Amino acid sequence: MIGVVLAAIGKPNAAAYLSVAAVLFTMGAAGLLLKRNVLVMFMCLELMLNAVNLTFVTFSRELNDIGGQVIVFFSMVVAAAEVVVGLGIIVSIFRRRKIGATADSASLLKG
Amino acid sequence: MAEWLVFAAGTLLALIGAAGVLTMRNPVHAALFLIQTLFGVAVLFVSLQAHFLAAVQIIVYAGAIVVLFLFVIMLLGVDKDEAKAPEVLKGQRVMAAVLGGIALVELLLISRVNVATGARAGSGALDGAGTNVEKLSEAVFTKFLFPFEITSILLVIAVVGAVLLSRKPKALEGSAVSSSGSVSGSVGGAA
Repeated sequence: MIGVVLAAIGKPNAAAYLSVAAVLFTMGAAGLLLKRNVLVMFMCLELMLNAVNLTFVTFSRELNDIGGQVIVFFSMVVAAAEVVVGLGIIVSIFRRRKIGATADSASLLKG
Repeated sequence: MAEWLVFAAGTLLALIGAAGVLTMRNPVHAALFLIQTLFGVAVLFVSLQAHFLAAVQIIVYAGAIVVLFLFVIMLLGVDKDEAKAPEVLKGQRVMAAVLGGIALVELLLISRVNVATGARAGSGALDGAGTNVEKLSEAVFTKFLFPFEITSILLVIAVVGAVLLSRKPKALEGSAVSSSGSVSGSVGGAA
Protein backbone atom coordinates (compact mmCIF):
# COMPACT_ATOMS: atom_id res chain seq x y z
CA MET A 1 0.00 0.00 0.00
CA ILE A 2 2.68 2.44 1.07
CA GLY A 3 4.89 1.29 -1.74
CA VAL A 4 2.17 2.01 -4.28
CA VAL A 5 1.70 5.51 -2.88
CA LEU A 6 5.45 6.15 -2.88
CA ALA A 7 5.73 4.93 -6.46
CA ALA A 8 2.85 7.20 -7.47
CA ILE A 9 4.53 10.20 -5.85
CA GLY A 10 7.82 9.38 -7.55
CA LYS A 11 10.62 11.87 -8.02
CA PRO A 12 10.30 15.60 -8.63
CA ASN A 13 10.11 16.04 -12.39
CA ALA A 14 11.66 18.70 -14.56
CA ALA A 15 8.58 20.92 -14.37
CA ALA A 16 8.95 21.18 -10.59
CA TYR A 17 12.55 22.35 -10.84
CA LEU A 18 11.72 24.71 -13.71
CA SER A 19 8.89 26.23 -11.67
CA VAL A 20 11.26 26.92 -8.79
CA ALA A 21 13.72 28.49 -11.22
CA ALA A 22 10.89 30.59 -12.71
CA VAL A 23 9.83 31.91 -9.31
CA LEU A 24 13.44 32.60 -8.32
CA PHE A 25 14.12 34.43 -11.59
CA THR A 26 10.97 36.53 -11.25
CA MET A 27 11.83 37.49 -7.69
CA GLY A 28 15.26 38.57 -8.87
CA ALA A 29 13.87 40.57 -11.77
CA ALA A 30 11.20 42.24 -9.63
CA GLY A 31 13.81 43.05 -7.01
CA LEU A 32 16.03 44.62 -9.65
CA LEU A 33 13.13 46.91 -10.56
CA LEU A 34 11.99 47.53 -6.99
CA LYS A 35 15.17 48.13 -5.07
CA ARG A 36 16.94 51.47 -4.96
CA ASN A 37 20.18 50.38 -3.33
CA VAL A 38 22.70 49.50 -6.03
CA LEU A 39 24.26 46.71 -4.00
CA VAL A 40 20.91 45.03 -3.35
CA MET A 41 20.09 45.37 -7.05
CA PHE A 42 23.35 43.53 -7.72
CA MET A 43 22.28 40.77 -5.32
CA CYS A 44 19.01 40.44 -7.24
CA LEU A 45 21.09 39.99 -10.38
CA GLU A 46 22.79 37.06 -8.65
CA LEU A 47 19.37 35.59 -7.87
CA MET A 48 18.48 35.70 -11.57
CA LEU A 49 21.80 34.09 -12.53
CA ASN A 50 21.19 31.30 -10.03
CA ALA A 51 17.71 30.68 -11.38
CA VAL A 52 19.09 30.27 -14.90
CA ASN A 53 21.85 27.99 -13.58
CA LEU A 54 19.17 25.82 -11.99
CA THR A 55 17.36 25.64 -15.33
CA PHE A 56 20.56 24.57 -17.08
CA VAL A 57 21.22 21.80 -14.58
CA THR A 58 17.60 20.62 -14.80
CA PHE A 59 17.78 20.30 -18.56
CA SER A 60 21.19 18.69 -18.25
CA ARG A 61 19.60 15.86 -16.25
CA GLU A 62 16.51 15.79 -18.44
CA LEU A 63 18.44 15.44 -21.70
CA ASN A 64 21.16 13.28 -20.14
CA ASP A 65 23.83 15.67 -21.38
CA ILE A 66 26.86 17.00 -19.50
CA GLY A 67 26.86 20.19 -21.59
CA GLY A 68 24.37 21.93 -19.33
CA GLN A 69 26.59 21.49 -16.31
CA VAL A 70 29.64 22.70 -18.22
CA ILE A 71 27.73 25.85 -19.15
CA VAL A 72 26.87 26.42 -15.48
CA PHE A 73 30.53 25.96 -14.61
CA PHE A 74 31.45 28.69 -17.09
CA SER A 75 28.60 30.92 -16.01
CA MET A 76 29.88 30.76 -12.42
CA VAL A 77 33.31 31.89 -13.61
CA VAL A 78 31.76 34.76 -15.56
CA ALA A 79 29.57 35.66 -12.56
CA ALA A 80 32.64 35.89 -10.35
CA ALA A 81 34.37 38.18 -12.85
CA GLU A 82 31.19 40.22 -13.22
CA VAL A 83 30.87 40.74 -9.47
CA VAL A 84 34.49 41.86 -9.20
CA VAL A 85 34.15 44.42 -11.99
CA GLY A 86 30.66 45.53 -10.94
CA LEU A 87 31.63 46.10 -7.33
CA GLY A 88 34.72 47.97 -8.53
CA ILE A 89 32.49 50.29 -10.55
CA ILE A 90 30.13 50.80 -7.59
CA VAL A 91 33.02 51.55 -5.24
CA SER A 92 34.54 54.05 -7.65
CA ILE A 93 31.19 55.76 -8.23
CA PHE A 94 30.49 56.17 -4.55
CA ARG A 95 34.01 57.24 -3.75
CA ARG A 96 34.05 60.01 -6.33
CA ARG A 97 30.70 61.49 -5.45
CA LYS A 98 29.21 62.32 -2.08
CA ILE A 99 25.82 60.82 -2.76
CA GLY A 100 23.51 58.29 -1.23
CA ALA A 101 23.67 54.65 -2.14
CA THR A 102 20.66 54.64 -4.43
CA ALA A 103 20.71 54.14 -8.18
CA ASP A 104 18.69 57.32 -8.64
CA SER A 105 21.49 59.52 -7.39
CA ALA A 106 23.91 58.38 -10.10
CA SER A 107 22.02 60.20 -12.85
CA LEU A 108 24.61 62.56 -14.29
CA LEU A 109 24.02 61.32 -17.84
CA LYS A 110 20.28 62.02 -17.60
CA GLY A 111 20.81 65.70 -18.27
CA MET B 1 9.28 10.44 -1.49
CA ALA B 2 12.73 11.21 -0.08
CA GLU B 3 13.54 13.05 -3.28
CA TRP B 4 10.49 15.20 -2.81
CA LEU B 5 11.55 16.01 0.76
CA VAL B 6 15.00 17.11 -0.41
CA PHE B 7 13.43 19.09 -3.22
CA ALA B 8 11.01 20.80 -0.82
CA ALA B 9 13.83 21.64 1.59
CA GLY B 10 15.95 23.18 -1.17
CA THR B 11 12.99 25.05 -2.62
CA LEU B 12 11.96 26.48 0.75
CA LEU B 13 15.53 27.57 1.51
CA ALA B 14 15.91 29.23 -1.88
CA LEU B 15 12.55 31.00 -2.01
CA ILE B 16 12.56 32.20 1.61
CA GLY B 17 16.06 33.52 1.04
CA ALA B 18 14.98 35.32 -2.13
CA ALA B 19 12.01 36.83 -0.30
CA GLY B 20 14.41 37.99 2.39
CA VAL B 21 16.67 39.66 -0.18
CA LEU B 22 13.65 41.53 -1.49
CA THR B 23 12.16 42.59 1.85
CA MET B 24 15.17 43.38 4.03
CA ARG B 25 15.92 47.08 4.36
CA ASN B 26 19.46 46.57 5.57
CA PRO B 27 21.83 45.40 2.76
CA VAL B 28 23.80 43.28 5.24
CA HIS B 29 20.66 41.27 6.05
CA ALA B 30 19.90 41.00 2.33
CA ALA B 31 23.38 39.56 1.75
CA LEU B 32 22.86 37.00 4.52
CA PHE B 33 19.54 35.95 2.97
CA LEU B 34 21.33 35.68 -0.38
CA ILE B 35 23.63 33.09 1.22
CA GLN B 36 20.53 31.13 2.25
CA THR B 37 19.23 31.20 -1.32
CA LEU B 38 22.58 30.01 -2.64
CA PHE B 39 22.55 27.11 -0.17
CA GLY B 40 19.03 26.21 -1.27
CA VAL B 41 20.05 26.17 -4.93
CA ALA B 42 23.05 24.02 -3.94
CA VAL B 43 20.66 21.52 -2.31
CA LEU B 44 18.66 21.44 -5.54
CA PHE B 45 21.91 20.85 -7.47
CA VAL B 46 22.67 17.87 -5.24
CA SER B 47 19.20 16.46 -5.82
CA LEU B 48 19.84 16.86 -9.57
CA GLN B 49 23.08 14.80 -9.23
CA ALA B 50 25.27 17.81 -10.03
CA HIS B 51 27.63 17.29 -7.10
CA PHE B 52 30.57 19.30 -8.34
CA LEU B 53 28.43 22.33 -9.13
CA ALA B 54 26.84 22.14 -5.68
CA ALA B 55 30.29 22.28 -4.09
CA VAL B 56 31.37 25.15 -6.34
CA GLN B 57 28.13 26.94 -5.58
CA ILE B 58 28.93 26.90 -1.86
CA ILE B 59 32.63 27.66 -2.21
CA VAL B 60 32.56 30.33 -4.92
CA TYR B 61 29.15 31.94 -4.51
CA ALA B 62 28.43 31.73 -0.79
CA GLY B 63 32.08 31.74 0.15
CA ALA B 64 33.68 34.31 -2.11
CA ILE B 65 31.07 36.42 -3.87
CA VAL B 66 28.82 37.18 -0.89
CA VAL B 67 31.86 37.94 1.25
CA LEU B 68 32.90 40.40 -1.45
CA PHE B 69 29.42 41.94 -1.26
CA LEU B 70 29.62 42.27 2.51
CA PHE B 71 33.10 43.71 2.23
CA VAL B 72 31.91 46.44 -0.16
CA ILE B 73 28.84 47.17 2.01
CA MET B 74 31.09 47.70 5.01
CA LEU B 75 33.62 49.68 2.96
CA LEU B 76 31.03 52.08 1.61
CA GLY B 77 29.02 52.25 4.80
CA VAL B 78 25.69 51.94 2.97
CA ASP B 79 24.02 49.69 5.52
CA LYS B 80 21.26 52.22 6.05
CA ASP B 81 17.63 52.62 5.25
CA GLU B 82 17.13 53.22 1.55
CA ALA B 83 13.39 53.89 1.65
CA LYS B 84 13.85 57.39 3.03
CA ALA B 85 15.16 58.68 -0.28
CA PRO B 86 12.47 60.31 -2.43
CA GLU B 87 10.98 58.21 -5.18
CA VAL B 88 12.27 59.64 -8.45
CA LEU B 89 10.37 57.43 -10.86
CA LYS B 90 6.64 57.64 -10.18
CA GLY B 91 4.84 54.31 -9.88
CA GLN B 92 8.06 52.31 -10.01
CA ARG B 93 6.97 49.84 -7.34
CA VAL B 94 3.57 49.19 -8.93
CA MET B 95 5.12 48.69 -12.34
CA ALA B 96 7.74 46.35 -10.92
CA ALA B 97 5.04 44.24 -9.25
CA VAL B 98 2.91 44.13 -12.41
CA LEU B 99 5.83 43.27 -14.71
CA GLY B 100 7.08 40.69 -12.23
CA GLY B 101 3.65 39.04 -12.15
CA ILE B 102 3.48 38.92 -15.93
CA ALA B 103 6.97 37.43 -16.16
CA LEU B 104 6.14 34.83 -13.50
CA VAL B 105 2.98 33.64 -15.29
CA GLU B 106 4.86 33.50 -18.56
CA LEU B 107 7.77 31.51 -17.16
CA LEU B 108 5.50 29.10 -15.30
CA LEU B 109 3.53 28.47 -18.49
CA ILE B 110 6.74 27.79 -20.40
CA SER B 111 7.95 25.39 -17.70
CA ARG B 112 4.75 23.34 -18.16
CA VAL B 113 5.20 22.98 -21.91
CA ASN B 114 7.49 20.20 -23.04
CA VAL B 115 9.86 22.12 -25.28
CA ALA B 116 12.69 19.60 -25.09
CA THR B 117 13.10 17.72 -28.34
CA GLY B 118 15.25 15.08 -26.71
CA ALA B 119 17.94 15.60 -29.32
CA ARG B 120 21.44 15.31 -27.88
CA ALA B 121 23.83 18.22 -28.04
CA GLY B 122 26.65 15.74 -28.31
CA SER B 123 28.78 16.99 -25.42
CA GLY B 124 28.80 13.70 -23.53
CA ALA B 125 26.33 11.64 -21.57
CA LEU B 126 25.48 12.32 -17.95
CA ASP B 127 24.87 8.72 -16.96
CA GLY B 128 27.21 5.76 -17.26
CA ALA B 129 30.38 4.90 -15.38
CA GLY B 130 32.34 7.44 -13.38
CA THR B 131 31.47 10.19 -10.96
CA ASN B 132 29.96 13.54 -11.80
CA VAL B 133 33.31 15.29 -11.28
CA GLU B 134 35.09 12.90 -13.64
CA LYS B 135 32.60 13.40 -16.42
CA LEU B 136 32.48 17.16 -15.98
CA SER B 137 36.26 17.47 -15.96
CA GLU B 138 36.53 15.25 -19.02
CA ALA B 139 34.10 17.49 -20.89
CA VAL B 140 35.82 20.68 -19.76
CA PHE B 141 39.32 19.51 -20.68
CA THR B 142 38.45 17.93 -24.01
CA LYS B 143 35.44 19.34 -25.78
CA PHE B 144 35.34 22.68 -23.95
CA LEU B 145 39.08 23.24 -23.70
CA PHE B 146 39.08 26.40 -25.82
CA PRO B 147 36.30 28.16 -23.84
CA PHE B 148 38.10 27.08 -20.68
CA GLU B 149 41.27 28.82 -21.85
CA ILE B 150 39.25 31.87 -22.85
CA THR B 151 37.95 32.19 -19.27
CA SER B 152 41.53 32.66 -18.07
CA ILE B 153 41.80 35.71 -20.34
CA LEU B 154 38.47 36.94 -18.98
CA LEU B 155 39.68 36.59 -15.39
CA VAL B 156 42.91 38.47 -16.15
CA ILE B 157 40.90 41.27 -17.76
CA ALA B 158 38.56 41.36 -14.74
CA VAL B 159 41.47 41.58 -12.29
CA VAL B 160 43.16 44.37 -14.26
CA GLY B 161 39.84 46.20 -14.62
CA ALA B 162 39.07 45.93 -10.91
CA VAL B 163 42.51 47.28 -9.98
CA LEU B 164 42.10 50.14 -12.43
CA LEU B 165 38.58 50.98 -11.26
CA SER B 166 39.32 50.95 -7.57
CA ARG B 167 42.41 53.18 -7.86
CA LYS B 168 41.90 56.62 -6.42
CA PRO B 169 41.70 59.37 -9.03
CA LYS B 170 44.58 61.82 -8.81
CA ALA B 171 42.38 64.88 -8.38
CA LEU B 172 40.68 63.42 -5.34
CA GLU B 173 43.73 62.13 -3.55
CA GLY B 174 43.91 65.11 -1.19
CA SER B 175 40.26 65.11 -0.19
CA ALA B 176 39.74 61.35 -0.26
CA VAL B 177 40.00 60.95 3.51
CA SER B 178 37.13 63.29 4.24
CA SER B 179 34.87 61.92 1.48
CA SER B 180 35.24 58.24 2.34
CA GLY B 181 34.07 58.77 5.87
CA SER B 182 30.80 60.50 5.07
CA VAL B 183 29.00 58.92 2.16
CA SER B 184 25.75 58.91 4.10
CA GLY B 185 22.59 59.94 2.41
CA SER B 186 22.49 63.66 1.75
CA VAL B 187 20.84 62.94 -1.58
CA GLY B 188 19.12 66.27 -1.94
CA GLY B 189 22.24 68.24 -1.12
CA ALA B 190 24.37 66.43 -3.69
CA ALA B 191 23.06 68.60 -6.51
